[in-house]
Amino acid sequence: MIEKALTGDKRYHLWMTALLLVIGNGVFYYLKQLEYGLGITGMSRDISWGVYIAQFTFMVGVAASAVMLVLPYYVHNFKAFGKIVVLGEFLAVAAVSMCLLFIMVDMGHPDRFINVLRYPTPNSMLFWDANVLNVYLVLNLLCGWVVLEAEKLKKAPPKWIKPFIYLSIPWAFSIHTVTAMLYAGLPGRHLWLTAIMAPRFLASAFAAGPALLILLSLLLKRVANFDVGKEAIGKLTTIVTYGILANFFFIGLEFFTAYYSGIPSHQHNLDYLFFVLEGHGNLVPFLWTSVFLGMGGIVGLFWPGLKENEKALGLICGAIFISLWIDKGIGLVIGGFVPNPLGEITEYYITWPEFSITLGIWAIGALILSVLYKIALSVKQAP
Amino acid sequence: MSSDRRTFIKRLGMGAAVGLGSLAILEKTALVEASSSEPVETNSETRWGMLIDMSLCDPECNDCQKVCHAKHNVPDHGNKKDEIKWIWKAPFKNVFTDMNHTYLQAGLLEKPFLTLCNHCDNPPCVRVCPTQATFKRDDGIVQMDYHRCIGCRFCMAGCPYGSRSFNWRDPRENLKQLDPSFPSRERGVVEKCNLCAERVDVGQLPHCVETCTNGVLIFGNLNDPESAIRKALNEKKTIQRKPALGTRPSVFYVI
Repeated sequence: MIEKALTGDKRYHLWMTALLLVIGNGVFYYLKQLEYGLGITGMSRDISWGVYIAQFTFMVGVAASAVMLVLPYYVHNFKAFGKIVVLGEFLAVAAVSMCLLFIMVDMGHPDRFINVLRYPTPNSMLFWDANVLNVYLVLNLLCGWVVLEAEKLKKAPPKWIKPFIYLSIPWAFSIHTVTAMLYAGLPGRHLWLTAIMAPRFLASAFAAGPALLILLSLLLKRVANFDVGKEAIGKLTTIVTYGILANFFFIGLEFFTAYYSGIPSHQHNLDYLFFVLEGHGNLVPFLWTSVFLGMGGIVGLFWPGLKENEKALGLICGAIFISLWIDKGIGLVIGGFVPNPLGEITEYYITWPEFSITLGIWAIGALILSVLYKIALSVKQAP
Repeated sequence: MSSDRRTFIKRLGMGAAVGLGSLAILEKTALVEASSSEPVETNSETRWGMLIDMSLCDPECNDCQKVCHAKHNVPDHGNKKDEIKWIWKAPFKNVFTDMNHTYLQAGLLEKPFLTLCNHCDNPPCVRVCPTQATFKRDDGIVQMDYHRCIGCRFCMAGCPYGSRSFNWRDPRENLKQLDPSFPSRERGVVEKCNLCAERVDVGQLPHCVETCTNGVLIFGNLNDPESAIRKALNEKKTIQRKPALGTRPSVFYVI
């Protein structure tokens, strides 16, 4: 089936060329980073994780959200997802690939990556995260590919694939739970030391992932003449609605605990992110943009009749996706480091090389997704 | 069963418990350990510790840092972003973030206090390290293997004391003088105070302790009731940084 990815019209080739250029720019700066060290980024002694790890965290959520299609389709026999479920699985493949790349570029010694397996350390959450992510990547690639292959041959999928499909369901929850545990078990990092970190991650993931999938579906309808169906989009919209509501509910709970308890150390990170802390607040405009876009998205979802309009639905999903990306892909990770353990404030500013590498990985994700979607659509649209 | 094997099985058990989501088991064991004042694994007769008597420390003096950094090839990159430090001074309010109040003794809030790795008995950095590049020795020193570190910086997120630094760039470029008696590092690895393990192992005192002429620093075996540090701890009122976190630091302070 892979040969289907090599043929396409002019727009497809133009799109792939553009992606390759962005990737090339990223690779160029990554080579520079390898030469100079991670000092080429905006990270510092105080803010020791930056956009790389933040993007990683966000993309794990996007990857996990494939379960929102797999579960209704395979467990509850929700037939309307028939055309879209493979799109979800392939989105997970692209997203996990990005996660692994973001981890790689963040490492000071990527050449020693294998040490994680050479010296397995079960008490480190990173050990578990590396494992669950890789297995999840294989599971989604396998399930998506085998079912698609069967569809191409106009046969029912082989029986042996079922256990893998069912396994991918709890596995999706596990990847984001373990990712939350990277943060939620660290003493002295008050923004992260919260028992609802994993539920928060899952809620935002189950809003951001399906929102992106709706956007992709709307896009495919326009550029590839592929319609996943009104019912599938409708159901996804419902999932986004519950996800985004749960997300803001959880954020509200964090605010309540921090400010009603009156414990200053629990407030400092939130002060920094939302209200300026001792004159420092370079992320404040971003976080309020996130709140307004998210709230705007919720209003849009509940506005009578609005989500039936495809353009409006696209705007709503775009707003929600960007809102959650800011919250998790910028605020959560960087905000957790301000103030530092000594109560000092250092701010983080992304550098151009760091931005280029980040964009390059997004482009690699888009490239993987384009290839996989091209293959999926060529099978599904075959006469 | 050897202690290594026991530790491994314990780790495996902890990890599996988390992996399977059986958090109840983990919390139970972790809770008992954290509430106990005894060291976690006292299979060793030695637990090195340090007592810092800040009443004797000259606020203008920085000799301990100078010697430590020179002898350990700690570079000075000349900017805060790339900064690497093993032992340094920070105001009391920053070192003891949870002990500030409005009516504190005049001048204390801003008084520079020495700070370094606490060589915790229950170190979060060791718990989170995915390759055991950071590990706790039997004598309590939290040590690093610079050749195993993958530079993920999980330990920096895990340390609640800000004691760890990362080599964001080649440290050798900004060494005033290379001391061949101690290995220099390369870019891409984390480093921190090693309590002069290389000296302690041959019966010498850590550089900072040896350098200080005011007798601010007392180094010794916390498991030996007759040691100088234990006697001083018995006599003086001492505190630790962030004791509520359950890390059980091996560094103590007299204000």
